[in-house]
Formats: sequence, C-alpha cells, structure tokens
Amino acid sequence: MNQHLEAAANQPVIHRDDTASKMGMWLFLFTELLLFGGLFLLYAGYRFLYPEGFKAAAMELDVFIGTVNTIILITSSFSVAMSITALQKNQKKLAVYLLIFTLVCGLAFLVNKYFEWSHKIAHGIYPQGPAMENMSDGEIMYFGLYYVMTGLHGLHVLVGMIFIAIVLGMVVKDKITSTNYQKLENSGLYWHLVDIIWIFLYPLFYLIH
Amino acid sequence: MANGTVVAAAQPHEEDFYHYKGKHKGILSWLLTTDHKRIGLMYLAAMMVFFLVAMTLGILMRLEMLTPGPTIMKPQTYNSLFTLHGVIMIFLFIIPGIPAVFGNFFLPIQIGAKDVAFPRINLISWYLYIAGGAIAIFSLFTGGGAADTGWTFYVPYSIRSASNVSVAVFGAFVLGFASILTGLNFITTIHRLRAPGMTFFRMPLFVWSLYATAWIQILATPVIGITLLLIILERAFGIGVFDPALGGDPLLYQHLFWIYSHPAVYIMVLPAFGVVSEILPTFARKDIFGYKQIALSSLAIALIGYLVWGHHMFTSGMADTARVVFSVLTFLVAIPTGVKVFNWVATLYKGSIVFSVPLFYVMAFIVIFSVGGLTGLVQGALSTDIHLTDTYFIVAHFHYVMFGGMGTIFFASLHYWFPKMFGKMYNEKVAMIACITFIVGFNMLYFTMFILGYMGQPRRYYDYLPQLQGYHVFATVGSWIMVSGIVLMFGNLLRGLLKGGKAAMNPWSGTTLEWKVPSPPPVENFEEIPVCTGGPYVHGREIYIMHPGKEEAN
Repeated sequence: MNQHLEAAANQPVIHRDDTASKMGMWLFLFTELLLFGGLFLLYAGYRFLYPEGFKAAAMELDVFIGTVNTIILITSSFSVAMSITALQKNQKKLAVYLLIFTLVCGLAFLVNKYFEWSHKIAHGIYPQGPAMENMSDGEIMYFGLYYVMTGLHGLHVLVGMIFIAIVLGMVVKDKITSTNYQKLENSGLYWHLVDIIWIFLYPLFYLIH
Repeated sequence: MANGTVVAAAQPHEEDFYHYKGKHKGILSWLLTTDHKRIGLMYLAAMMVFFLVAMTLGILMRLEMLTPGPTIMKPQTYNSLFTLHGVIMIFLFIIPGIPAVFGNFFLPIQIGAKDVAFPRINLISWYLYIAGGAIAIFSLFTGGGAADTGWTFYVPYSIRSASNVSVAVFGAFVLGFASILTGLNFITTIHRLRAPGMTFFRMPLFVWSLYATAWIQILATPVIGITLLLIILERAFGIGVFDPALGGDPLLYQHLFWIYSHPAVYIMVLPAFGVVSEILPTFARKDIFGYKQIALSSLAIALIGYLVWGHHMFTSGMADTARVVFSVLTFLVAIPTGVKVFNWVATLYKGSIVFSVPLFYVMAFIVIFSVGGLTGLVQGALSTDIHLTDTYFIVAHFHYVMFGGMGTIFFASLHYWFPKMFGKMYNEKVAMIACITFIVGFNMLYFTMFILGYMGQPRRYYDYLPQLQGYHVFATVGSWIMVSGIVLMFGNLLRGLLKGGKAAMNPWSGTTLEWKVPSPPPVENFEEIPVCTGGPYVHGREIYIMHPGKEEAN
C-alpha cells in the first residue's frame, strides 16, 4: 500500500487488476448464456409442441456443412487457447500466427454459413418465403428459430472475430505481453463462449431427427 | 476488460470533486468523466427530467378520469399515455434509480474504494442509458405514433399494432445493456475493492442490497433482451415464434417477459431496502437489529423472486399445478421481506430516535410498503386473484410497492445524502411539510384505487360507469395534492442547492464511511485507503482508521 502511494505521488500510475478484469468477463459471459437461454427455452417449448414438424424440417438441413463448421469452431477454440499459452511462454510470433489461424477459422465458419443460408433462401425457405406456405406450423417454427438462433450466433462469431483482431493488433504492437495478457485471455473466453453455444446448436438443429 | 483508470497524484488536502481540475474543462469535464460521483450526479440529472415527464403523463391520465367519457383527450391518446407513463417510469426511473444514482455515488465510498472496478464501463453505461431514453422518446414522434401496447408489450397486439412499437422496444433493449453493465461493475467492485479489514459481513447493508440487485440485473436482464429483440424481428420479418397465426404461442412470450420482469421488481425495491437499513440506525442512534438476517434476506429475496414470475399469469391459461406452485412460491417471498420489516421496527425499539426528514420518509415507507406487500398476498392467492386481475386493485398494489417502496425511498435518499453529495443543506421544515403533503396525497390517490378495483374498475380503461365517479374525483384530487408535495420537495432541494448553508461533514451522526470524508467528497474519496475494524453501524466508537499509515507512525 505504501509503495503504491509513493508511486502515485511521483507520477500517475495505471491501476491494473487482472482478477477483476477476468471476473467482469465471466459475469458478461453469464449474461450471454442467458440471452441464448431464452431462445433455448423457446426451442424446448416448440419442440414439445410440434415434434413431427421439427423432425420433418430438420431433414432439410445439411449435416455435412454443420459437422464441418463444428470441427472448424472447435479447432479455432484450441488455437486461441494455444496462443495464450504461447504468449505466456514469450513466443510472440507463434501467438500471432495462432490468432491469425483463429481468425481464418472464424471466417471459414461464416462463409459456410453464408452458403448454407443462401441455399435455403434460394429454395424459398425463409420467414414469409414462398416455400413456407406449404409447411406445417411446426416446420415454420423450426425455421424461424433456425434463422434467429444461428443468426444471433453468427453475429457473436463476428463480434468475437473483431475482439480477436483487436487483441491481435495489440500483441503485434507489444501492448499485450507475457506479463500483461488479460485482454487476450478475455477475448479467448469470449471465443470459447461462441464455441460452446454452437456445440448446443449443432445437435439441436442438425443431429436430432 | 477496461482496467485503465489513471490514479492522480495524491495531495495532502484535495479539493472536492466539483472543483477538481482534470484533463477536460467545463461541460466536457462531466461528459468525459470516469469519476463515479460525477456519473452518479449525471444519472440524477437525467432521471429527474424523465421522472417529471412521466409524472406529468400520470397527472394527465388522472385528469382524464375526472369525468366519465372523454374529458381532455381521445382514447388512442390515453392508450399511449399509460404506455409511456409505464415505460418511462419503469425502465428509466424505477429500475435504474437508486443503484445508478446513489449506488454509483456511495458504493465505492462505503467500501473504502477510490472508484468502481471499471470506471470507463461505468461511463459507457450512462451513455447507453441516455441513448435508450432518447430512442424511447424519439419513438413518440416518428413512425405510427407513440406505442399503445402498455409497458408489457404483450403479443399478439404488439406485433399487429400500427404504432411505433419496434423503436420503443429497441429503446428498452438498449437500457437493458446499461443495467447489465452497471450490475457487472458493482459485483466486481464489491469483490475486488473492499478496504482492508472490510469482510462481507462488515459491509454496510446498502452495499449488500446492491450486491443482491446486481446479481438479478445480470441473470435476468438478458432474458428480456432476447424477448424484446424477438418482438422486433417478429414485426420486421414475421418469423412466427410469438404469432398465433403462424403457430406461435403468445403464452411463451408472457413467460419470457415475466422471467425478467418479475425479478426486475426486486431490482427496483432491494436497493430501497438497503437505504432503509442505512437510515434507520443513523436516526435511531443504535446498531441495526439483525444485521446478518437483513443481509442474507436480500439474497433470499433475489433467489426466490427469480422463481415466482408465473403469478402474473394466473388467468392466462396455465396448468393448475403450475398455478399452485407459483402461488406457494409467491407466499414464500413474503417471509424474507417480513424478516426485514420486523428487523427495521426492532431497530427503532429503545433507540434514541431523532426525527429528521429522511427518517420520516422511511417511517412512511414502512407503512406504505406493508400495505403494498400485504395486498400483494391477496393477489398471490389464486382464488382472490381471479376476481382482481386487471382491475385498479393491481394498479394500486404496484404503485404502493413501486412508488411507495422505491419512490419514497428515492426521496428519502435524496434528503439523507443531499448534504454529502452537494455540501449544502436544505430547509428541514419545508422538507417535512412536503413529505407530509406527499404522503397524504399518495394515500388519497392509490388507496382509493384499491376500493375502485374491488368494485370492478378495470385497469387501462379510458371510461368508467357513472356511479364510480365519486371515487375517481377523490383520487384525482389526491393526485394534485401528491404532486404539490413533490413539487415543493424538489423546489426546496433546489433552493438548498443554490442558497443553502454549508453542510457539515457528518450532519446526521452517521457511522458509515461516507460520513468520514468531507462534504462534498474529494475527487478520489480518501487520502489514504482506510482500514475497517468492525461492523458498519456502531455508534460512539471509531470503526474506521482513516490514516492507517500516519497512525502507525505516531
């Protein structure tokens, strides 16, 4: 405490509390989970209400693209975790490469998603779309939730990529170092959240028939 | 995330935070500040504007109800008025009120910290709050006109209404972010920045109540966020999740809405409970009775309050089992609330009571809130609720608990902490007259509504049967008396602010840390971080060592 005051008397010092920073991030992640929680609740309610419609609609989805995207996201979660460890071990170059790899994975996920969505839209499967007129209530509900949940998730992938791009720049400029890496870790935590939400979306939409 | 507050050079006698020369001058020294005290005051300024607007809307509604049939407005205007009155009062005043103003100002001081954990996020919260409020106001004058759905935005009407629902809902969505970030900030602050020696059970009870509130803000607000977002998507794209025409279930909307909005009731009132627990020991000159029970009952209320949302839907069409379970849980919330009320009354027992204005508001609160709480049980019971649903009885009940609970204590906090926040004193005699006028008008206005509701007057109706006119006139006159009390109160405070005498450091002989620093406090609150050696409400013995370094040297 005294040392702190002496330092303060001479020049402004930056107050830094990594534990607080990490705690704040975890609390924020709770709020993200509850944001999706509302949607999972709706999914559960409507799946119970329309088991047949959900089953029929799920057949329309391409399990292959879903599986590829799952593998991409899990790999990117691994690479972002490795980049933190690399930076802690003072291997800045490796950390930078791993972050770039994570960004590429995020981009690949979004490109896949783009093709998947545009394929559906081309077939008229979208809210108020022509193909929806012949569908049952359950199928309409399934695709409504599909677009909202994967859309919101896609938005989170985009935000996560922006976070990672920012910390990537800070690592390059040595603003994030082996002794001051909390911002990198927080971005990594956010990326894991994006990943874990997908891990629930994938079976709910692609695998359960 | 943001942990970059710059700690300025410590000087032996710092200027108060109004006169501190920072990086910016003039209005920018406020708009770009990260000082929790300035941010608290900026919230207060904005909130007063919103409160006065919504109060005016309420007065106009009462004026409309003076006579049966049209009095001063058209039915559509009346629908917009009660929607706006509700939206502004709830989302812009009652929910953020005490935490954003007094929590921001006093939480760091009461735990012996220089600021909150994330000062920049704190400022961002304020801007989100202003943005949300601005969007809500903007929705009045654009698109299809002011929203007319009621503050609950129930589907399917909110999907079909031609009025500007999407923009109003988006405003509430943005306000949710402000609320979440404030909660996140407070929890981290309480965990990380308590002064040495201040254990959790040595924290002032106001801090405890803010802690419980912050957890609800974090765990409940995102649910309303996604629900409101779905309304916007539903209106824009017709995705069908809430639209019965497409197979959606409007009941699921009601569930999601109340999963947030019932806990939100405790976001509104828990901080008020905390302030009551501050004011009582100060003016009873006595340690609080049952410190731990009051602290833990806040957490119990937060926990049980999360599980009772279904009691808003007793007549909406739920299974009998669900209704009975929600009814039982509702009764359970009354237990920790009762624990608090009994502990407060026991604190006064054998105290050396000093009758000042803040205590007067608190006494009024205990009576008013008990009436509000007990009538809540009337509606928590299934059989009586069926009869009273959507009548003035519920309107009276939630004004007793929200306005009588949070509003009265907001006024009490203003009078209690005014000398500390502004370093000035107001006229106590006038403040007392304003307080009594307010309470008389309040009871005339809202107690009459209990009777009206019991006689069958439905809520949100523009018209009523002629035989009810006597009660309506009585309530409307009550609203005039209540508002004159409020205007007198604000006028008196404003006069104190401009012309009042200088306030002492500790005018009420309070025992918590904010009374150990000058009025108004210096820019970083403390010259040295104090050390805490005991509980917060001990009279006649110094609990806080304000200059630990120097006293050691002596």
